[in-house]
Amino acid sequence: MDFLRQLFTDPVGFYHSHELLIAQAGINSLLALSMWVTLYSGQITLANVGFMAIGGYTSVILAIHLHSPLVVDVLAGCALAAVVSVAIGLPVLRLRGVFLAIATVGFGEALRFGVLLNLGITGKGQGLNNPAADPGALLPVWVSVAVVVYLFARLARTRTGVAWAAIREDDLAAASGAIDVARLKLAAFVIGAVVAAYAGALDAHLNFFVDPTEYAFNRAVLVLIFAVVGGTTTVAGPLVGAVLLTALPEIVRGAADYREVVYGVVLILVTVFRPEGIVSRRSFRVRAAADAS
Amino acid sequence: MRSFTQQLLNGIFIGSIYALFALGYTLVFGVLDVLNLAHSAVFMIGAVVAYSLVALHGWSFWVAAPAAIAVAGALGLVIEYVALRPLRRRNAPPLAAMITTIALALILVALVEQAKPGGALAWLWRDGANSVKFPPHTVPNDTFHVGGVTLTASKLAILVISVILMAALGYLVRRTSAGRSLRAVAENARAARLLGVNVNRVITRTLVASSALAGLAGILFGVALSDISPYIGRDQVELRGLAVIVLGGMGSVTGTIVGGYVLGIVEVMALLAFGTNVRAGVAFLALFLMLVLRPQGLLGGAAVERV
Repeated sequence: MDFLRQLFTDPVGFYHSHELLIAQAGINSLLALSMWVTLYSGQITLANVGFMAIGGYTSVILAIHLHSPLVVDVLAGCALAAVVSVAIGLPVLRLRGVFLAIATVGFGEALRFGVLLNLGITGKGQGLNNPAADPGALLPVWVSVAVVVYLFARLARTRTGVAWAAIREDDLAAASGAIDVARLKLAAFVIGAVVAAYAGALDAHLNFFVDPTEYAFNRAVLVLIFAVVGGTTTVAGPLVGAVLLTALPEIVRGAADYREVVYGVVLILVTVFRPEGIVSRRSFRVRAAADAS
Repeated sequence: MRSFTQQLLNGIFIGSIYALFALGYTLVFGVLDVLNLAHSAVFMIGAVVAYSLVALHGWSFWVAAPAAIAVAGALGLVIEYVALRPLRRRNAPPLAAMITTIALALILVALVEQAKPGGALAWLWRDGANSVKFPPHTVPNDTFHVGGVTLTASKLAILVISVILMAALGYLVRRTSAGRSLRAVAENARAARLLGVNVNRVITRTLVASSALAGLAGILFGVALSDISPYIGRDQVELRGLAVIVLGGMGSVTGTIVGGYVLGIVEVMALLAFGTNVRAGVAFLALFLMLVLRPQGLLGGAAVERV
């Protein structure tokens, strides 16, 4: 409980002793937000960690070989992720539900095993040292989080955002309402990919190292957990989920070796008692089902 | 050529384990439309319990294995009562079940990983995150040489056990009244309930059977690959199991069995042709291509009935 006590009684000291954690919470928030776009439009994809890897590796490779400024590195990573996400999204987004989730896992792991572990330029699985790393760059991370939250909250209220929600509730009805379902799904997927790549590039900038184990299936699932536990019907949900769950292991530090066990128990309790997420407006369908029964 | 045949056999052995493991995934997915992501942890627990009974408590393998399978089956009850039934009662979205089963898997892996000598779970596991193997001579390990190919008794036994079990499962699902209710629930749970099928009981039984299969697959994996650690489920079979059910067409018993063998053989061939890293990527590439090109599975079309 010292963790929480310090947060409230000594915020400055808290900031200095937990810089790493605060940075990680920011990166995780960006990733959870990247997941939010697709979930908001009713798609479960687990490709985001793959796009994160594209962003991270691209920016580090450029920093190593071209010594280009950070902005260029990050933008290049995002651009590459956008291109790849269109190529992947076109065939894959026809799938629904669990099938889509599994196909995107396939993409992430094929990228990791097929590309990252085999190419010379990605260090053949040994990882790469980032020459331009700056572990103190907390401000850019959290400014980015704020910007993304603002943009997404605006986006949710535009025609596109409303159409995404319509697709989530019932894509057939949405299509019959003259919504271009395929194009909007792809748009959500690409936006998610770009934000994930951006998070990956920032993450690589904060750490001195990128290596393929960071982008494994487990990480993809963790990001999904952040978003779903936080709640996906509002932009605040993924943010709350990512921050709380990143801090949870610290909060339950008293459980020592059994931190992960406590983490799992908390996940189950939260999911059972708030299946729509911590921050949630109950969706129309759930309400209708509850009324009917 | 000799090494090719040998590798082909290895592929078939490992394919049997993939198929057994994935059958459990398929059964639950067929009935509930939920991916039970705790399945890989149950696989691991099966291997760990069998190992602990044999190596730490001196049981005979032939008693330890059924006991470990029973423990795995009991975990099926835990999954149902802790992770799935509370969500069904609250009408939660399907994603919620993924989260609760992942959480259960996290808990099971963490419990084993943290067990050390002198700890509360030392009777179960003492090696933390390390990998161990069954003591030598746990199972008869005679080898036969047939036409230049080496066969070990344990691997042959795996093959025989798997084939018998898969046949039994196929019979159970297609020909018995329990199997009929299972298929009814898979087709339409609501209609099945109206027709007097006890849906909760069918689901509970399915989870117990599926988890027992995972436990058995874990034990066989431990015997055949001499690798037992808290991570074998998560790292070795979880995603491969997904690849197998996709190859099989999600929810088809026959398809899953075929998918298991196909993946086992393809992986071994990839290993032979391109090396280790590529082997690991093959499952995922297969998965991805399959979903994009033939989402209905290898056998495909109307010929495959869902569980």
